[in-house]
Amino acid sequence: MSGAHPTAGPLRDRRPRLAGLILAGLATLPLLGALGADSYVLLLVTRVMIFAVAAISLDLILGYGAMVSFGHAAFMGIGAYAVGILATHGIEDLLAQAGVAILVSAGFAALTGAVSLRTKGVHFIMITLAFGQMAFFLAVSLAAYGGDDGLTIARRSTVLGAEWLGNATIFYYLVLAVLAATLLACRALVAARFGRVLRGTRENPVRMQAIGFEPFRYQLTAYVISGAICGLSGVLIANQTNFISPAYMAWQRSGELIVMVVLGGMGTLIGPLIGALAYLLIEEWLAGITEHWKMIFGPLLILVVLHARGGLVGAITRITGGRHG
Amino acid sequence: MSATLLSVQTLNGLQLGVLLFLVAAGLTLVFGVMDFINLAHGVQFMIGAYLAAMFTALTDNFFLGLGLALPAALTLGLALEWLVFRHLYARDHLDQVLATFGIILFLNQAVKFVWGAAPLSVPVPTLLSGSIQLMEGLRYPIYRLAVIGAGIAVALLLSLLVSRTRIGMLVRAGAANAPMVSALGVDIGRLFMLVFGFGAMLAGFAGAMVAPLVSVEPGMGDNLLILTFVVIVIGGIGSIRGAFIAALLVGLVDTLGRAFGPLVLRLFLDASAASQAGQALAPMLIYILMAAVLFVRPAGLFPVRR
Repeated sequence: MSGAHPTAGPLRDRRPRLAGLILAGLATLPLLGALGADSYVLLLVTRVMIFAVAAISLDLILGYGAMVSFGHAAFMGIGAYAVGILATHGIEDLLAQAGVAILVSAGFAALTGAVSLRTKGVHFIMITLAFGQMAFFLAVSLAAYGGDDGLTIARRSTVLGAEWLGNATIFYYLVLAVLAATLLACRALVAARFGRVLRGTRENPVRMQAIGFEPFRYQLTAYVISGAICGLSGVLIANQTNFISPAYMAWQRSGELIVMVVLGGMGTLIGPLIGALAYLLIEEWLAGITEHWKMIFGPLLILVVLHARGGLVGAITRITGGRHG
Repeated sequence: MSATLLSVQTLNGLQLGVLLFLVAAGLTLVFGVMDFINLAHGVQFMIGAYLAAMFTALTDNFFLGLGLALPAALTLGLALEWLVFRHLYARDHLDQVLATFGIILFLNQAVKFVWGAAPLSVPVPTLLSGSIQLMEGLRYPIYRLAVIGAGIAVALLLSLLVSRTRIGMLVRAGAANAPMVSALGVDIGRLFMLVFGFGAMLAGFAGAMVAPLVSVEPGMGDNLLILTFVVIVIGGIGSIRGAFIAALLVGLVDTLGRAFGPLVLRLFLDASAASQAGQALAPMLIYILMAAVLFVRPAGLFPVRR
């Protein structure tokens, strides 16, 4: 398998400094905003961080478990719909919404994961795609919540009854906190015994079985955790846009999440953050040049796949003196 | 639930089924022989429809347009193979998914660039326009019957080609064990290219045939692609026979489920609940079917023996 697992080999935590630098940079950005930068930048970076949370959750199973989930956007959609549906019925508290979002996404992940993980390789890709489509069509059929057109949410979620999240800066820091917590939790998870078993299964499931592990249980657990985190990112995106629609669950969105992970460097956790940043900035930049930006982005993506192994993180570690394991 | 409605919907389901088969045949062969997952197969269906629309408008004759669209679709398929796909055969599935995703982004936008974002429409050819009486109170459009007939004819030809000819034998051998076929002195690269171009042409043919029935628009291949994936997974990847049976199954289940799901549910629920539940469930039926098939037989109904 060529270029699939850039971190294969002895585990060494080579990227905490990079992660710290990026998070510190993100934390200071609103301060620059106070000095006169554009609030548009703040909005864009908030969006980047939300997609980064989703992409990191995907990296947990894609990069560390070699499970190519092509329906991951469904979880983001579930999180978003949890906000929209609860808000319609007068439940606007963020914690309640996030709790429901996490529970439902974890439940959906457990159900679909249990079926999907019976298959391998390309079957897994296609069955996760099919489950993603199921969620998509379910959302389309929810006529009471906007159906195909989606649903506008009147205002952002409340925290203990207060409408703090209406403030762009506070919302920015909330998203940043979720991002940092996701990074730390996932890092702890992959460094623990659980992560070692997961990586072992990625490399050779038969051997893992031979030495007494049951790969299925570890893979399913990772899948559920990943789904739950991705659901949380959906709560954030619904709050940022004040809008939910089935488009969040479209399979193209799942494809974009995979692109972010691979573009940044899979199996690195910080890579998906860089990938999300790069993807959304390139999109923003190219879309400013021409409405046909996808005609540039598509071939660009093909070139990256054909020629850039290890994604952007791989390139960064090579440039900064390559502390290779 | 009248017999007439049932017959009409069954015919509609058959029509969707043969279309799915035409697209799925190429996809499952490409996958079976080359172990290559090609997301861009759906855009080749779209390109076929656009080419048919363009050539029909140019020549003012649908059949001439169809005849010109086929070699054009084949040429495009071969060009894509030469430019991109052949560099991906040795890569893992993830790389293939990403690169072909890039092709989808490019081509979906490219048709907007070339032909505009507005949907094109293709008139039904006069020779096949109108409808005929199939039985008491049942009239069905001739063109739709022609699509079903053409699809079944192509399916028969394809199965003869695969099971009776030398090239078909090589394709089957390639699906079972490509390195061995290569070791026996067959130019596997050329075989791959041939299968790929042929699959692209079949998808293009399907697109060209439905062009008079649907609006030709960017992204029209995307949803069909997902249905096709369901078909080849249910049928067993690499199996033409499996693809045919699964295509008809998916076509019928999807069409009949949408038409009669709410009616059947009304037996158990009150009218409004049945209609709502039916609308929610019907599009999900085929995915439930796929999950159920995979749960019982993880390699599909007709797995290719390796």
